[in-house]
Amino acid sequence: MDIRPDCPAIEVHNLTASYNRKPVLWDVDFALPQGKLVGIVGPNGSGKTTLLRNMMGLMKPDSGYVNLFGKSLDEVREKVSYVPQRETVDWDFPASVMDVVEMGRYRKGNLFKRLSKQDKILCTEALEKVGLLDLAKRQISQLSGGQQQRVFLARSLAQQADLYLMDEPFVGVDAATEESILALLTQMKSEGKTVVIVHHDLQTAYEYFDWIVLLNTRLVASGEKEKVFTPQLLQEAYGGRLTVLSRIGDLMAKQDFPLREKEFKEAKGTGDGKTY
Amino acid sequence: MEKLIEFISFSNPNVRFVTLGTMFIGMSAATVGCFAFLRKRALVGDAIAHAILPGIALAFMLTQSKSPWVLMGGALVAGWLAMFLIEAITKNSKLKPDTAIGLILSVFFGLGILMLTSIQHSGAGNQAGLDQFLFGKAAAITPSDLKIYIAVGLVLLALIFLFFKEFKLLSFNPDFASILGLPVKRLRFVLSSITVLAIATGIQAVGVVLMAALLITPAVAARAWTSSLKILLIIAGLFGAFSGLVGSYISFTAPQMPTGPWIVMSLSAIAIFSILFSPQRGLVAKIFRQRQNRQKILTENILKALYHLGENQKSQQNYFSKKQLLNHRKFDAAELNKGLKILAKKLWLIERETGYKLSQTGLPEAQRIVRLHRLWEMYLSERMRLKADHIHPNAETIEHIISPEIEHQLLHELDYPELDPHQKPIPY
Repeated sequence: MDIRPDCPAIEVHNLTASYNRKPVLWDVDFALPQGKLVGIVGPNGSGKTTLLRNMMGLMKPDSGYVNLFGKSLDEVREKVSYVPQRETVDWDFPASVMDVVEMGRYRKGNLFKRLSKQDKILCTEALEKVGLLDLAKRQISQLSGGQQQRVFLARSLAQQADLYLMDEPFVGVDAATEESILALLTQMKSEGKTVVIVHHDLQTAYEYFDWIVLLNTRLVASGEKEKVFTPQLLQEAYGGRLTVLSRIGDLMAKQDFPLREKEFKEAKGTGDGKTY
Repeated sequence: MEKLIEFISFSNPNVRFVTLGTMFIGMSAATVGCFAFLRKRALVGDAIAHAILPGIALAFMLTQSKSPWVLMGGALVAGWLAMFLIEAITKNSKLKPDTAIGLILSVFFGLGILMLTSIQHSGAGNQAGLDQFLFGKAAAITPSDLKIYIAVGLVLLALIFLFFKEFKLLSFNPDFASILGLPVKRLRFVLSSITVLAIATGIQAVGVVLMAALLITPAVAARAWTSSLKILLIIAGLFGAFSGLVGSYISFTAPQMPTGPWIVMSLSAIAIFSILFSPQRGLVAKIFRQRQNRQKILTENILKALYHLGENQKSQQNYFSKKQLLNHRKFDAAELNKGLKILAKKLWLIERETGYKLSQTGLPEAQRIVRLHRLWEMYLSERMRLKADHIHPNAETIEHIISPEIEHQLLHELDYPELDPHQKPIPY
């Protein structure tokens, strides 16, 4: 199952990526529609975060590329926003809630400059949307887990992007935060934004998303949720690894073997037709 | 006293150079050190300081000059190389950062000692003073040294001021910085360079061995007093400068005393004081809070016991003796006396020879505790489905911490119940 939308927000082309030389993603190839809530779903260790990090240019793939709105990341950077996993930073850092949200307005263009009044207004609006305006001056070390997640969300909203990539925003949050994230997602969708969320919980995935990518180190399916959520495909994604594939991966890591020969890297491209 | 006046008046030019020099060095290292501290790179600073030694020795061997500019150049190159190698080893091998740091520190330092020894035995007439880089040579700061320290200090401050928000993001969440398309590699290069620069000047005051203290200790001390990065930088800078002042003063009044170690000692004293006594993060404040909690629990338990005794006799006007209180609940006798004294002082109970009763102001407090206990028991049995004989120990603790807001929510959720799970009335 691999449904191809027209004018995709994201096109992942033949992406192969490894972590410490061990292949984590094998020739993953799919495209995501614009203006939808998309869930990237799969079991632990299925390469979800690696996929997201490759989309955001935080990792260099061994082969293949990712195009956003038909262009490379560098050309559309300001249209793309990212919400990392909460635990990737030290929350004891000396900063206030507003300090962190303001980071969403940092740009190459305002290097060594102070933020403008307009920037500050956008940050205030973002904090209001996630319901944390009353905590704007609070030290981030004093926040609960759910509040931390909402601070990251506000920072991402302040970026004023068209495409949002979020890594496990629902993990370890309270009911209030879950509700507020869901309300935000609905609102973003109605404004025509595309939101891609890495999510590990199958039960809620069907409820939250319109489009689902099933991943287990390889692409199992990508399409509207009704078409992807079949017992057969779910079994394929969650029913265990392909043993031969993981043995090959282990062998490559052990032998320090390159994942791709030079001639087959496909580091750039315009995708598979159906473009702009 | 005379010495103090002479020191403060700055009339002695040598005192002036040493004091201003160490103050600038302390300030520069402390300010830059805040970022090393926040990026959890404290040990990298130590490794770079040690790695600078062979750079200085080599610069001297090549030029036979002891000009501070030449030695500084050698120090910068070696410091940079060390930092680059640590990152390269971590990235390209399976070695963890602590191993890479340890390796680079010892290899470079060993090389430096070798070079210093060979310089000393080569009989070059002007080599004297190079070994002072090991432990610092603050007492011998010259006017041309001072100019360098002031220049370095001002350049560092200017760069930090310019790149403040970028350095903040780089220290907090470097991935996000690169997602925004900021020139992360170049920013990191600037930050690393000013760190090496601060270390290269700092070792002239305190020497290679103590340099890490000058870099990290002020940040640690300042962190105890503030949670704002801007203020952290300012306080750390002031601590660094102040320790330079103290070190210079001590070595001035007692000439056989070395300046560098005294700078580090005064910094350590500031850090220890800060860690112990800062109002929010300090250990003393923590102990005080815990004591307050214990006292709250004790006095609330006494109020509750008096209420229960009165409830059993259907009158809150009766007086109860200590013995009755002890029979009702296993108080520690000394603790009970202490608690009764505190409550009497608050006028929450009235004392007679025959015993104690709740006062008009104490009764509502006692009712509040009993109400919270019984409400929480209701919550445990209705919402968490715990058995009635299992809920008491839990409620004994929780009753002391329920805030007015949570009480309000409990009342709302349970719809103002009249009886608790043990069929006792809930007092309102």
